[in-house]
Amino acid sequence: MKRSLKTTTLLLGSGAALFLLFNTMQGCRPQTTQAAVTGEAGSKTYVKPGSYDEFYNFVSGGFSGQLSVYGLPSGRMLRNIPVFSVNPESGWGYSEETKPMLMTTHGFIPWDDSHHPELSMTDGVPDGKWCFINGNNTPRIALVDLGTFRTKSIIEIPNCAGNHSSPFTTPNSEYVISGTRFSIPMGTDTERDVPIESYRENFKGTVSFIHPEPESGKMSIAFQIITPGMNFDLSHTGKGPSDGWFFFSCYNSEQAYSLLEVNASQRDKDFIMAVNWKKAEEYAKAGKGRKVPVEYYSNWYNDETHTGESTVMKEVLQLDPRELTDLVYFMPCPKSPHGCDVDPTGEYIVGSGKLAALIPVFSFTKIQAAIAAKDHDGDFMGIPVLKYESVLHGEVKKPGLGPLHTEFDANGNAYTSMFVSSEIVKWSLKSLEVLDRVPTYYSIGHLCVPGGDSKKPWGKYVIAYNKITKDRFLPTGPELAQSAQLFSIEGDKMELLLDFPTIGEPHYAQALPAELVKPREVKFFDINKNKHPYLAKGESETRIERKGNEVHVWMTTIRSHFTPDNIEGVKVGDEVYFHITNLEQDWDVPHGFAIKGAATAELLIMPGETQTLKWVPDQVGVVPMYCTDFCSALHQEMQGYVRVSPAGSKVELKAETRSVDAGS
Amino acid sequence: MKPLRSIGTAVLLTTLVMIQACGGGSTPADPPGAPSGPPGASGATADKGGAGELITAADLNLSAVDPAMAEKGKTTYDVKCQACHSTGENRVVGPGWKGVTTRREPAWIMNMIMNIDVMLEKDPEAQKLLEECLVRMPNQNLSKDEAREVLEFMRTL
Repeated sequence: MKRSLKTTTLLLGSGAALFLLFNTMQGCRPQTTQAAVTGEAGSKTYVKPGSYDEFYNFVSGGFSGQLSVYGLPSGRMLRNIPVFSVNPESGWGYSEETKPMLMTTHGFIPWDDSHHPELSMTDGVPDGKWCFINGNNTPRIALVDLGTFRTKSIIEIPNCAGNHSSPFTTPNSEYVISGTRFSIPMGTDTERDVPIESYRENFKGTVSFIHPEPESGKMSIAFQIITPGMNFDLSHTGKGPSDGWFFFSCYNSEQAYSLLEVNASQRDKDFIMAVNWKKAEEYAKAGKGRKVPVEYYSNWYNDETHTGESTVMKEVLQLDPRELTDLVYFMPCPKSPHGCDVDPTGEYIVGSGKLAALIPVFSFTKIQAAIAAKDHDGDFMGIPVLKYESVLHGEVKKPGLGPLHTEFDANGNAYTSMFVSSEIVKWSLKSLEVLDRVPTYYSIGHLCVPGGDSKKPWGKYVIAYNKITKDRFLPTGPELAQSAQLFSIEGDKMELLLDFPTIGEPHYAQALPAELVKPREVKFFDINKNKHPYLAKGESETRIERKGNEVHVWMTTIRSHFTPDNIEGVKVGDEVYFHITNLEQDWDVPHGFAIKGAATAELLIMPGETQTLKWVPDQVGVVPMYCTDFCSALHQEMQGYVRVSPAGSKVELKAETRSVDAGS
Repeated sequence: MKPLRSIGTAVLLTTLVMIQACGGGSTPADPPGAPSGPPGASGATADKGGAGELITAADLNLSAVDPAMAEKGKTTYDVKCQACHSTGENRVVGPGWKGVTTRREPAWIMNMIMNIDVMLEKDPEAQKLLEECLVRMPNQNLSKDEAREVLEFMRTL
């Protein structure tokens, strides 16, 4: 133990030295806060008041668990959509209706870490219908409806840990995939309770194919493929000629389980895993898999009842590529591959070994030929490994340090982010020559070109999502907002236009023309279609009812009052449920609801919607409640009282709104 | 989803017309081929009123009160109007409805229901009411048919 600790210190020390070296190298990052920006940059991002941006940019909120929406080119934040973490602004995860959305087999989980937004596609092009995003920590995938800009469904992924290479989608969003970052032992309690040092024998990976129903957006797992124990990092679907295939980058082919920083960096090459998903689908439909008992949640928000519904699934279909031998192939990829990106033609698969000093580009045609010719370089844990030279289109030499991710424009160019040297490098898919490079500020992770991972990129911009921001914005204490940077890619040279701060870690992002999203906009919910079980369709349906120690209040809101606004007969320890229907039928007129001492956040109820706040009064007294969202000149008057009497009190339960001068 | 979208379009058009009205001060002329049947004859919402054009007396054909229509109007009143308007004489948030059809022209009432933003911008009577009530009347996105039914219900009060 002592010895290994010493080794650890030594290795970490040399790691730190290496890091310092990288950071002091010339050109690794901009030397001052002033980057080269021409006077025209401002006019290229200026969107005048009252005008719309050209693109929607869906940016992951990283460790905030959310998805934020920015306009491009302005960089204005338009919305922060709650997904995997509770959010006080809208009551997400606090209202009774949204609590089921965050249910898992571990119970209610109010936080997750989200990394990769992925737009739904039709024929390989983003269609503006949905945006998927992954929850890494307690593996889940969410579907956000771009009609309502709200999370529509969340599915938990069994046999998965660190749901990282997700949620990338097939060209018609038939499937969304989820790959496990950590391999883990699976099965019964006994099968899972094994020594960690038995990694090689007992740990397995999975990639899951999740099917979203095209109309409802409900999700279920169609099948899982079992893989050798390794770490899966990123993924992308094939398209065009490679439609029907999925590619996953893997690291830790060393199968290390301690100090991976060192122990998983031993081999010169890890793998990109090529999966024939059309074949897997065939096998699954033909019953060639094994149904394995598991439990996982599939949660879905019903826009008619305005309520989340949880379904617990009990089994999953698993396919084993050691038995179904034409499903999965490994391609050697130098070194600790991170990104795995398919170009718009579908012919080239770009790996990026984050520790490699080159970018390997694979050819789908050559992959197929190598598979047909059984051009193998042995196998890895029973899965054939194709020969590197046989599947390689070519290598981009000396592109920069720490290549991570690649997106594409419509003109045959690729843009790769360089984490260590803090830059974006533009290169040609055809000649594999570096064409241009620009510094980013700094430690760039992902980058995004609108439509840049699809069949038809819109191009125009590349956006850098940076991990470090210091010296870029006004100081705000030890922590600064992470940042994004917008570059024009319309000319031969990339041109910096704008910096803008982001929420959490702006891990990955996708962008598409606003014109694809705007026509789907839902502006309010039709109250006549509201099927909430506690709906009050008009003030005449408001009432109060006691069921044991539960008190249910059917309440309505409209500018500028609650009905009822006076409630009596509630007792300490009661569970009071305020079921509030917003009677407004006008765009952008939500009403808020808050009550003193409530242990949760407020509610924010959209026009035509019903939402429920649970409140357990713990003190005797008259308790005020009010609307939190400024709604009209008389907003401040939108208030009321609840009288709370001692437990066992005989005060009669009643709820009313008294009008001084109403005629009837 | 579909009805929502068409209502959305109506709102957008209303806004457009409003912007135009604010900028130029003139009311746009009828588009060629605009439907001109009796109210309630078509289920479309994109005809007059629905598209933000002010309804005129000529667009309305009032005869004896139609009880079936009035009943439908009452249903809409219960869901969307009752929160602010009593069926008596006195104001709650907005004015009481008893006798309203004797105080106001039917087309004016229809426009207050369907084109509230334009009315508050241009109509002196509507502006007077806003000064009194201090709450801009919500646009409850009634279709022209629904608004006409509500008018019919008002006629019974």
